[in-house]
Amino acid sequence: MNLLTAPLGVTPLLIVGAVLFVCGAVCMATKRNALGVLMGIELVLNGANVNFVAFSNPTLRADSQFSLGLDGQLIALFVIVLAAAEAAVALAIVLNLYNNHATVDLDRADELKG
Amino acid sequence: MDPINWQSFFFLLFSAVACFFAVAVVISQNIVRMAFYLILSLGATAGLFFLAGADFVGAMQLMIYVGGTLVLLVFGVMLTAQGPFITMKTRSGEWILAVIVGGSLLAVLVQTAISVDAWQGPAIPAPGDAEQVAAVAATQNEITHTATRLGMGMLGARVDQLEQSNPTVREGMSGYLLPFEIVSLHLLVVLVGAAYLARTKKRADAV
Repeated sequence: MNLLTAPLGVTPLLIVGAVLFVCGAVCMATKRNALGVLMGIELVLNGANVNFVAFSNPTLRADSQFSLGLDGQLIALFVIVLAAAEAAVALAIVLNLYNNHATVDLDRADELKG
Repeated sequence: MDPINWQSFFFLLFSAVACFFAVAVVISQNIVRMAFYLILSLGATAGLFFLAGADFVGAMQLMIYVGGTLVLLVFGVMLTAQGPFITMKTRSGEWILAVIVGGSLLAVLVQTAISVDAWQGPAIPAPGDAEQVAAVAATQNEITHTATRLGMGMLGARVDQLEQSNPTVREGMSGYLLPFEIVSLHLLVVLVGAAYLARTKKRADAV
């Protein structure tokens, strides 16, 4: 089987990143639970990270026009840290919503509606 | 029959686990199970990072994402769930619309990923060309330790690009010291703000 014996390039990683990204986007769009939406955001950021790491892959180094080199991994680290910070703040906001409304249903968080 | 390329084998294994559990996160309606599936998906993604030669990023993924962020999410589930099996159903119209839009987006992204020839990987060498076979094998089995180079990059010295041919790029190549400082301060401010926001307050209607 060709997939098992041939060395892989960047394309399979990009496809995995695309699947993770789309799963996260659909998760953000369909969940009504605020924590479910947060998990969708984590999936989206993770899919972006997969793409960054894919473009810093050493198998790409031969044709350096597309290669990010070490920059891709550095940006992936920044994305991981920002995802952690975002999760902390969003969780605090969700806890406040739960304290004030006794629910985490996003459809009921409509106090700002004009 | 060629011998199995174990890197490709483990790549397929980890990517199958990551994609399967990402889909499971979307489909599942139980928030606790979603958190568990997300842990498995992100852990498999860390395995993909190791395979792609980003060992330090994979370790950070395991430590920060799986060990920190998801523990935070699980605590959020425990602090807010009103019952052991709480579900919030989504209307089927929303599901259909989201699946249509998501499927189109996935089709566009996959089409883009497979349409560039340079991303398809190293050219498969002819069996007789021993030199090229050795070159591809060397790229595949090259052991990269990126932790030192990443740390130096964070501190402002790009030891991976010392022989940068373009002099303009080399002079301005100061690494990532300023973004590192900004992200550190951002993390501090964000955590203080989160602690302030999450303080228990009296409800407005209870006064």
